[in-house]
Amino acid sequence: MNYKKIDPVLIDQLKNFSSEKQIRIMEVCGTHTVAIHRFGIHKLLPECVKLVSGPGCPVCVTPDSYIDEAVFLARSGCKITTFGDMIKVPGSKTNPEDSTRCSLDRERAAGNDIKIVYSPMDALKIAENTDKEVVFLSVGFETTIPGIAVTVKKAKEKNITNFSVLTSNKIVPPALSALIDDQSMIDGFLLPGHVSTVLGRTGYSFMEKLKVSSVIAGFDPLDLVSSILLLLSLIKKEDYTVVNNYQRAVREDGNPVARKIIDEIFRADEVEWRGIGVIPGSGLSLRDEYKAWDARHKFDIKIDNVYDNTGCRCGEVLKGLIDPPECQMFRKICHPDNPVGPCMVSQEGSCSAWYWYG
Amino acid sequence: MCLGIPMKILELDGDVGLVEINGVKTHINTSVIENATIGDWVIVHAGFAIEKLEEDEAKSTIDLLKEAELI
Ligand code: SF4
Repeated sequence: MNYKKIDPVLIDQLKNFSSEKQIRIMEVCGTHTVAIHRFGIHKLLPECVKLVSGPGCPVCVTPDSYIDEAVFLARSGCKITTFGDMIKVPGSKTNPEDSTRCSLDRERAAGNDIKIVYSPMDALKIAENTDKEVVFLSVGFETTIPGIAVTVKKAKEKNITNFSVLTSNKIVPPALSALIDDQSMIDGFLLPGHVSTVLGRTGYSFMEKLKVSSVIAGFDPLDLVSSILLLLSLIKKEDYTVVNNYQRAVREDGNPVARKIIDEIFRADEVEWRGIGVIPGSGLSLRDEYKAWDARHKFDIKIDNVYDNTGCRCGEVLKGLIDPPECQMFRKICHPDNPVGPCMVSQEGSCSAWYWYG
Repeated sequence: MCLGIPMKILELDGDVGLVEINGVKTHINTSVIENATIGDWVIVHAGFAIEKLEEDEAKSTIDLLKEAELI
């Protein structure tokens, strides 16, 4: 635990916060999850406040079927380019030889062409230098989507026809609305820092109508503690104004240039969130002018019926309904070397954060 | 995965900037921020600058990310 950067007065304020009603707050940013656990901030909370992790990590909310699609393409001879985080996420299809679940990592070991890239632009460069079909696994929230949009636009401008993207991008606001409608019983949200860089404070104005308090928070322990205190006071006052407590990096209207390019290349669509289900309007599909760069349009992807019989409770973890240690497999069967679900795979997953830091 | 890391633009050629992190120089794309200029501190995510940042904030963020073992 490391509280050295936090003003002791704030720590006392937090520890002594009182409320007659039990308050549930949720962070929806994987980097917040890691920072909160790393600095032990969740352990400073009084009995009346429960802080739960939501669907804040794009890797964790990627459904099995998406991995299955990527594996299908890899087995069909495409070169799969992906952020490193996706490589160990299990899909649902079993491997014929030993009936374990597939992953891109296993495909790579089996000799299929899987390449980790740092940026979607790197994937496009690879396509420029090969005749092979190159597919980029297009995951990520608002922070990542502008770069993917620029890359697809470049592919069209340069007429690079052996490049395509397999989309499972997600936008945060519709997911927040869905969580508010759901049984999660959230009184307030700590809103993500870098997603908000693109959305701005105004991107969350719908929260006011839904009557849920929220604060945009940075990553510093001091930022997090002050944001939690601020959020608790808003909840107590039933004040639903979205507060930007990370003004150093988040502007009132976010980054309009980034939003414009997203809108130019993508249109809103439904998308499946692991454990939560399909949320209308929370995904993005390429606009018709960019269809030629859509892997689903380009290839006849066939995947078997997806099933999940692993007993993984990621879905409940992602909705904040249980803490990872409540999952029977936590630490015993499921650990970072043998992750059963994506919440243990991703460094920013809740199960992984609980595993490493408690 | 949404983590952005502050970096300083050292050189700029069109919308391609040269930045340095932990002593390693790399190229990033600056087309989604307005008026990128040499010397700007920017938040970089997946090879793209997504926002500008003040120098002192950039430096303290780097320290924090290192302390939290995120970079
Ligand atoms: S501990 Fe493992 S099996 Fe349990 S919910 Fe987390 S990722 Fe799934």
